[in-house]
Amino acid sequence: MTTHVKTAHLSVAVDLQNEASSTKIFGFWVYLMTDLTIFAALFACFLVLHGNSFDGPKLKELYHLGPVLYETLCLLTSTLTCALGLLAAYRAQKGASILFFILTFCLGAAFLFLEISEFISFIGQGAGPERSAALSSFFTLVGTHGFHITCGLIWMVIMMFRIGLYPLTHHALSRIFCMALFWHFLDFVWIFIFTVVYGIGYLL
Amino acid sequence: MKDFIFGKLTSDAIPHKWYTIGGTASIIAMLVIIAIYLTKAKRWTRAWEEWLTSTDPKKIGTMYMILASIMFFRGMVDAGMVWLQQSIAADSGGYLDPDHFQQIFTSHGDIMVFFVTMGFFFGLMNWIIPLQIGARDLAFPFLNSLGFWLTLAGAVLINLFFVVGGDFANTGWLALAPFSELEFNPSVGVDYLIWSLQLSGLGSLLAGINFFVTIVKKRAPGMTLMRMSLFTWNALCAMVLIIAAFPVLTAVTFLLWLDRAAGMHFFTTGFGGNQMMYWNLVWMWGHPEVYILVIPAFGMFSEIVSTFCKKKIFSYTSMVWAAISITALSYLVWLHHFFVMGAGPGINTFFGVVTFLIAIPSGVQVFNWILTMYKAKIQLAAPMYWFIGFLTLFMIGGMGGVFMASPPADFQVHNSLFLVAHFHTMIVGVALFGIFAGVTFWFPKIFGFTLDEKLDKRAFWFWYVGFFVAFTPLYLLGFMGAPRRIDHYDAVTGWQPLYIAAACGFILLSCGVITQVVLVVKSIRQRKLHKAPADPWDGRTLEWATHSPPPFYNFAVIPTVTSHESFWDMKKEGIQPSREYKDIECFKNTGMGLYVSGFAFLAAFAIVWQIIWLMIVGLIGIIGCLAYLAFHDDMEYILPAVEVAKIEREYDDTR
Repeated sequence: MTTHVKTAHLSVAVDLQNEASSTKIFGFWVYLMTDLTIFAALFACFLVLHGNSFDGPKLKELYHLGPVLYETLCLLTSTLTCALGLLAAYRAQKGASILFFILTFCLGAAFLFLEISEFISFIGQGAGPERSAALSSFFTLVGTHGFHITCGLIWMVIMMFRIGLYPLTHHALSRIFCMALFWHFLDFVWIFIFTVVYGIGYLL
Repeated sequence: MKDFIFGKLTSDAIPHKWYTIGGTASIIAMLVIIAIYLTKAKRWTRAWEEWLTSTDPKKIGTMYMILASIMFFRGMVDAGMVWLQQSIAADSGGYLDPDHFQQIFTSHGDIMVFFVTMGFFFGLMNWIIPLQIGARDLAFPFLNSLGFWLTLAGAVLINLFFVVGGDFANTGWLALAPFSELEFNPSVGVDYLIWSLQLSGLGSLLAGINFFVTIVKKRAPGMTLMRMSLFTWNALCAMVLIIAAFPVLTAVTFLLWLDRAAGMHFFTTGFGGNQMMYWNLVWMWGHPEVYILVIPAFGMFSEIVSTFCKKKIFSYTSMVWAAISITALSYLVWLHHFFVMGAGPGINTFFGVVTFLIAIPSGVQVFNWILTMYKAKIQLAAPMYWFIGFLTLFMIGGMGGVFMASPPADFQVHNSLFLVAHFHTMIVGVALFGIFAGVTFWFPKIFGFTLDEKLDKRAFWFWYVGFFVAFTPLYLLGFMGAPRRIDHYDAVTGWQPLYIAAACGFILLSCGVITQVVLVVKSIRQRKLHKAPADPWDGRTLEWATHSPPPFYNFAVIPTVTSHESFWDMKKEGIQPSREYKDIECFKNTGMGLYVSGFAFLAAFAIVWQIIWLMIVGLIGIIGCLAYLAFHDDMEYILPAVEVAKIEREYDDTR
């Protein structure tokens, strides 16, 4: 059994090195860099505008760091489960792979739930995105990340069906790899949001 | 309920002014003519199977060319209307009201940059890049098709205000805030502009990623980076700029839309918004953008000058490093578009000096071109005419650019017609002349027959002389203090004769365009007379190694590359292409690019008019198409070696 798993794992790993898959994965990396540039523009806006609260509520007064910590924990854990799902797919363990992706999906959904509750509570205190430039930039930067998470969740559902219903060809595996890469990328962006938007925003 | 179904759409949106009725009528007439032609010639199926669903870069390239040509007419009509207004509007209102006049120069700028110049360049790159690097296809054939159809959706959206709405943006091509904010611009014109740029910008970004990955990953065996032809090198540099710059455009126009539609305050005048944020971000994309337009032209001219001088390009390595330096520097100069912002002497000096620095690699290129021609036996074919025209205009435009890179000088001519004349010298004299030269040069490769030499040279003279007549007056007017974008002025300024002279130049330029239309029609009609061999110009790079027109798989056997002029080497050493055919992996055609763009178009239209249900339909459509693709990605099929041999035999027989 162990040798079987090992060979399956190896053959797949070799398979991802083939030309078509490596081109696709390289292309996806380039796409991620463009997405990162979008976030860079939004971060620049936030850094310029975060103090412009125009007599409205200041960001610092609105932040509750507790839920933000839970959001961060959800997302960081989901990165681990996502990587485990990918590894299971490499080893052609469909059941384990889907299970890990379901777990990842739930953690991502929990993150999204916490984020939306935070937005609703802000709006409830009269601090919606149309209140001031600072709030506009906050909602847009954090919201764009949340939008990406939503896209990632939809993608994950589609890929779970694909894993369950179809054989794990190198096409399928390179897609799952790209999805996992996307999910890690969102985690990476979140670390910057956590540091810049909440961390620095709280201190300043 | 009415709001839910129609959003902001009311009966006012029906065409009722002379230009919207005229525009709608011409759009409908164009569609009817195409439909009648396809029905009469019984070509609906063929158009669908061989063109609309095609993933062959040569066909997608041709479709880019057709789209860009149509948009070019639209842009030229706009230019003519602007010139006519300005030449009669001394002490009078002219024939256009100010708002309409502003809409015309706005759409002229957007159309010429996004759909004409970018369209032609993506067309040429689709035609030539795979051939030049010895590839059978792009890295992502489906994305290529999607990118084209998104660009087309953007092109339709930018013209749609004729049919639905009646107002285009009156903000200038960059929709600079705060004038483009809801407070000053309540009509949907700006939204049309924003979402047209979103769609076509996404198309350009996909194409940029695609070509970048193709050039990096799909080169023929033996083609190291320093063995790539110069057009490929320059295209690679332009693609790097697209990847680095276009996301910023997507972000900044989206933020503007959030201001307008969601009541946010990024760039508004109140509530803490910062307008200069918009200027910075939009020019962080905008300056690389102008280099995206001219860098590929540099590459094409390098190929043309060495082919028609029958010489290796002078100092290939320095040409490559010049292109790379221009690419890097162009990302660091955006602030020179608004020295007048008042960022202080330190910042202005930095951006001024970096702008000066660009003159060095540009100068290296100019000297290398001239030294390539030095003591060469120059064959004065039509592309060479365009090249020499370009060289003179590039030097004039370049020196104007260096002049304006100095902040104190820039303060004097900021937003004057001098600036307008400068960037037209660059875009017309460099980008457009490059496109015309490139099309003449590579046309026989793609279609198997050459363009009429005599008419092409005549078109060149119209363009070259017309250019000076049209734009020299603008340089002078700029020094006399005429600001850009004015719809009327006082007669005592004495500007009118110069405006009239410029309008005469426009007539000459129009004659150039008409000559080019005749040129293409006549050449197609006489295609049997002008049949081109595989290598009509005694070329030097890989694209001339295959048949004209190339089979859909480009090369029956991928050649091995030994230098940056590998085809020249093959000819010199008498190496014949191998005939040991193998199975070829090809990519199936797919209509998905068309469907996704169709839904994206619906969604964008719905967002412009804030029709929520239609927006949801569009988004669900896009997600559905993409989900379908996630389960159907076995898009490759194998063309057996026997078939390849059969196709190659047919080529041999016709020769």
